Amino acid sequence: MAHSEDAPQVNVLPPDTAKIRHLWKVAGILGLITLFEFGVAFGVPHEMKDLRIWTFILMTIVKAAYIVGEFMHLRYEAKVLLWSILIPMIFVVWMLVAFVYEGIQIELARP
Amino acid sequence: MASTSTATVPAPGKSVWDGGVSPMNASYGKLMMWFFLLSDAFTFSALLITYGLVRSSHKAYEGAVEAFKFSQAYWPIPEKVFDAIPFFHGVNAPLVFVGLMTFILIMSSVTMVLAVEAGHRMDRHSVEKWMLWTIVGGLTFLSCQAWEWTHFIHGTTEGDAVVKGTEFFGANLSMNQYGPPDFAAFFFFITGFHGFHVFSGVMLNFLIYYNTVTGVYDRRGHYEMVEKVGLYWHFVDLVWVFVFTFFYLV
Repeated sequence: MAHSEDAPQVNVLPPDTAKIRHLWKVAGILGLITLFEFGVAFGVPHEMKDLRIWTFILMTIVKAAYIVGEFMHLRYEAKVLLWSILIPMIFVVWMLVAFVYEGIQIELARP
Repeated sequence: MASTSTATVPAPGKSVWDGGVSPMNASYGKLMMWFFLLSDAFTFSALLITYGLVRSSHKAYEGAVEAFKFSQAYWPIPEKVFDAIPFFHGVNAPLVFVGLMTFILIMSSVTMVLAVEAGHRMDRHSVEKWMLWTIVGGLTFLSCQAWEWTHFIHGTTEGDAVVKGTEFFGANLSMNQYGPPDFAAFFFFITGFHGFHVFSGVMLNFLIYYNTVTGVYDRRGHYEMVEKVGLYWHFVDLVWVFVFTFFYLV
């Protein structure tokens, strides 16, 4: 390549094995939770609707926490940044509660 | 990280918010990526919550799961809709294909985070390798989604009586064989909007890969762009985790 003469001096560091092992561990946890969700989807009968739904929601929140905290590194950022991202999520929680409640009421009001 | 050169400790008698300091200890680009992702999270939340509203305003299927049949009268059980896998026509494999797609996307998130780790070490060859795997993962996911859509649109071998005497196969935006019209509409909107994000992500990943190969980041002295696009890519994975739960499992 023509660039090779003016290539910048780059100091390549060796792989951080502890960090890489940690990342694979997080990936393993995410995989296991997904398998567990499949276990619930086929192991727990559909009649136990509430148990199924709440398990799925809880598992999703755990997975989301791992992705945002570890993969997106938010857990290690300045606390101000962490809260600036997490606190606005209150709006989502409120919207969820309000809209699903509204949906149930619409169903009840249908002839 | 290398580019955030501003001090983190304010001058005596001054607050961190008085200027000259970076209170969030992150570069402008990274912060703006975070706030863009926050706004994108609102968009996806709105879609998924509206799905929740419309779904809870329809009747749920009451009878035994084994005896489930598609009908316009109630919302379908998702695992009865998404029960096919490519090359195995007629084999009943509920949610297996979606599970595979979830696995592919999580794996591509892992390869992305490994690319970011390699970028911190200025290790160009590792960044190239992991970026390429991430692109492969993204393209595989998109191909899976293309198959899923095709199958959904063309339908299964048994149709559903939509109007008395007519059978309807597959789905479009105004009618579908699986349940109420809104079911297919939401399928197209939510997975489509997510798929569009994956597509944009693959394009961005390719751009990063190209810049890495041509040595742009070596000359710049840091690989922060890998980190920023990495944030976007993980977000796409995050959204899929929610779509998977609320569209396919619940």
